[in-house]
Amino acid sequence: MSDHSPILSVRNMKVHFQVSVGDTQWPWTPKKLLKAVDGVSFDLFAGETLGIVGESGCGKSTLSRAILNLIPATSGEIVWMGNDLRQGDARAWHRVRRDIQMIFQDPLASLNPRMTVAQIIAEPLKTHRPELSAATVMERVRAIMRRVGLTEQQINRYPHEFSGGQCQRIGIARALILEPKLVICDEPVSALDVSIQAQIINLLKELQQEMGLALIFIAHDLAVVKHISDRILVMYLGREMELASKPALYADPRHPYTHALLSAIPVPDPIRERAKVMQLLTGDLPSPINPPSGCVFRTRCPRAVETCASEVPPLHRVSVDTQCACLLV
Amino acid sequence: MTLLQVKDLGVRFSTHDGMVHAVNGVNFELERGQTLGIVGESGSGKSQSVLALMGLLAKNGRASGAALYQGKDLLSMGARELNGIRGNRLAMIFQDPMTSLNPYLTVERQMTEVLQLHKGMERRAAKKRSIELLEAVRIPDAARRVAMYPHEFSGGMRQRVMIAMALLCEPEVLIADEPTTALDVTVQAQILSLLKDLQRDFGTAIIMITHDLGVVAGLCDEVMVMYGGRVMEHASAESIFYRPSHPYTIGLLGALPRLDHQGSVLTAIPGNPPNLADMPSGCPFAERCAYARARCATELPLLSVAAHDAAVTRACHFAIDQLIPAKETEHV
Repeated sequence: MSDHSPILSVRNMKVHFQVSVGDTQWPWTPKKLLKAVDGVSFDLFAGETLGIVGESGCGKSTLSRAILNLIPATSGEIVWMGNDLRQGDARAWHRVRRDIQMIFQDPLASLNPRMTVAQIIAEPLKTHRPELSAATVMERVRAIMRRVGLTEQQINRYPHEFSGGQCQRIGIARALILEPKLVICDEPVSALDVSIQAQIINLLKELQQEMGLALIFIAHDLAVVKHISDRILVMYLGREMELASKPALYADPRHPYTHALLSAIPVPDPIRERAKVMQLLTGDLPSPINPPSGCVFRTRCPRAVETCASEVPPLHRVSVDTQCACLLV
Repeated sequence: MTLLQVKDLGVRFSTHDGMVHAVNGVNFELERGQTLGIVGESGSGKSQSVLALMGLLAKNGRASGAALYQGKDLLSMGARELNGIRGNRLAMIFQDPMTSLNPYLTVERQMTEVLQLHKGMERRAAKKRSIELLEAVRIPDAARRVAMYPHEFSGGMRQRVMIAMALLCEPEVLIADEPTTALDVTVQAQILSLLKDLQRDFGTAIIMITHDLGVVAGLCDEVMVMYGGRVMEHASAESIFYRPSHPYTIGLLGALPRLDHQGSVLTAIPGNPPNLADMPSGCPFAERCAYARARCATELPLLSVAAHDAAVTRACHFAIDQLIPAKETEHV
């Protein structure tokens, strides 16, 4: 496989859920369709970091879980190293998970409280590499613990004995012990304090360089994503709004939603922050069960025109570095 | 005129692990219409300080010191007298609007109750006033939505209801405990601009508690930075952001991911926050401080006026020009 073909291609992925809504629910009441992810496509290249940003309910976590089949996708293609995973069986998924690992948002909740740190970190090895001897496994556990900044004395402790930042280090060690090619990080730092956040972001960047990892880094905050991503995908209500390289997205955001997101982030600089002209979005996120027709963002968009209600804007290339889904761009 | 004067406020909890000193020696004054930001990470004591003012500490908590409102001490006041003040002259909004509103009662019941209790208003007049306030916090269709239950509102709308409820009696002090932490950034921007407008219109003094330095920058006149239950630095917002003088403030600003910086490397603060049940005898930040020396581990620095600027108080043994990085730490 050449260097220029992507390791992961997602094509027109949809994840839809049947949900019951309303006051009275009878067995014959028709279920409604919630389109959590509605036609998302992107490529990921070896060693690169793709940041996925959006507000709660935009489908970014569902998307990441669908890549690993933790939530099965409704339609679309997930092509990993040239194989369409959605055509494969459970064994194929099992093989793929050796190469794609995940780090979760809530560091304590994602660790089994009845397992020691050694057991937690060794579990992926025992599942995917059963041929390894117990001694080799422990050796690798110790090595990865040292690498993520845990001490060997902590090997027999339980998760509750660790702080949030340390728990996230355990989660990172567990994800990396298989030496995967891609790690999906689902809001890995949003539960952590600022000083610990920076430790974890720096650690992930170092490990990425050492091991040549590709990362999918999900966050709700464009400031966090800026420090780690090469390219950034902005999502809103299950759809792609903008996909751009980092410099292009921050210097020249094209989609009105990206503009709004960027201007909403408070800057820690009193004079600039007070002088800032806010482009406030009005209203709230519409319900994903009954999304607006046409462009999903039009109900809150300051630039919306009549055609936005009738036409769904496709993601199209507007410059070398930027793809944008807006009729006006 | 000083509205609120807090002197040597302390909060301690008796727990199974022994006495935990969550807040030590906090002093501040709040003027009419002023905004004070209290910044710190989890466990720094920022929330407990204001809960103590409102008499809302957990059962095993004890407050010490004094908090003078109109010459009367809130901390030693009886519950009956305090009830006349809190919710009326001092109001509070909490982080999570869903768990702070009563899910069994309509917004109308919860709002009119406040007015009936504090102002002795009639139900009908109270309802009218409630709708006015909901309109003031820009809830569309307020007359209809006042009859709804909290679960029928979105997160941002619920936080608006909380703010409207806190403003019902036109309080002189509004305490906001991480009011936007649970909200999305675009909704956070709406709520912050709303707070600014309300402060301009009502002249309310605000105590804003947050872990987000960005939120503080746009809103606050003064900022108090807390760590391990103690105040590290207290100065104007301009000082804190442009001329931070305490090693912790400097570290916090360096660790902050920000949009307005080009450099992509964050300067992390190594180590973990201290355990409040087992605090070091010296400076609480000494273990993680890049400038720490032998003296820091054993001797507690007192909060005092800074040598470089009389408007700044800081708790550090060394003046700003004496801060020398100890050594490059190996941690990430």
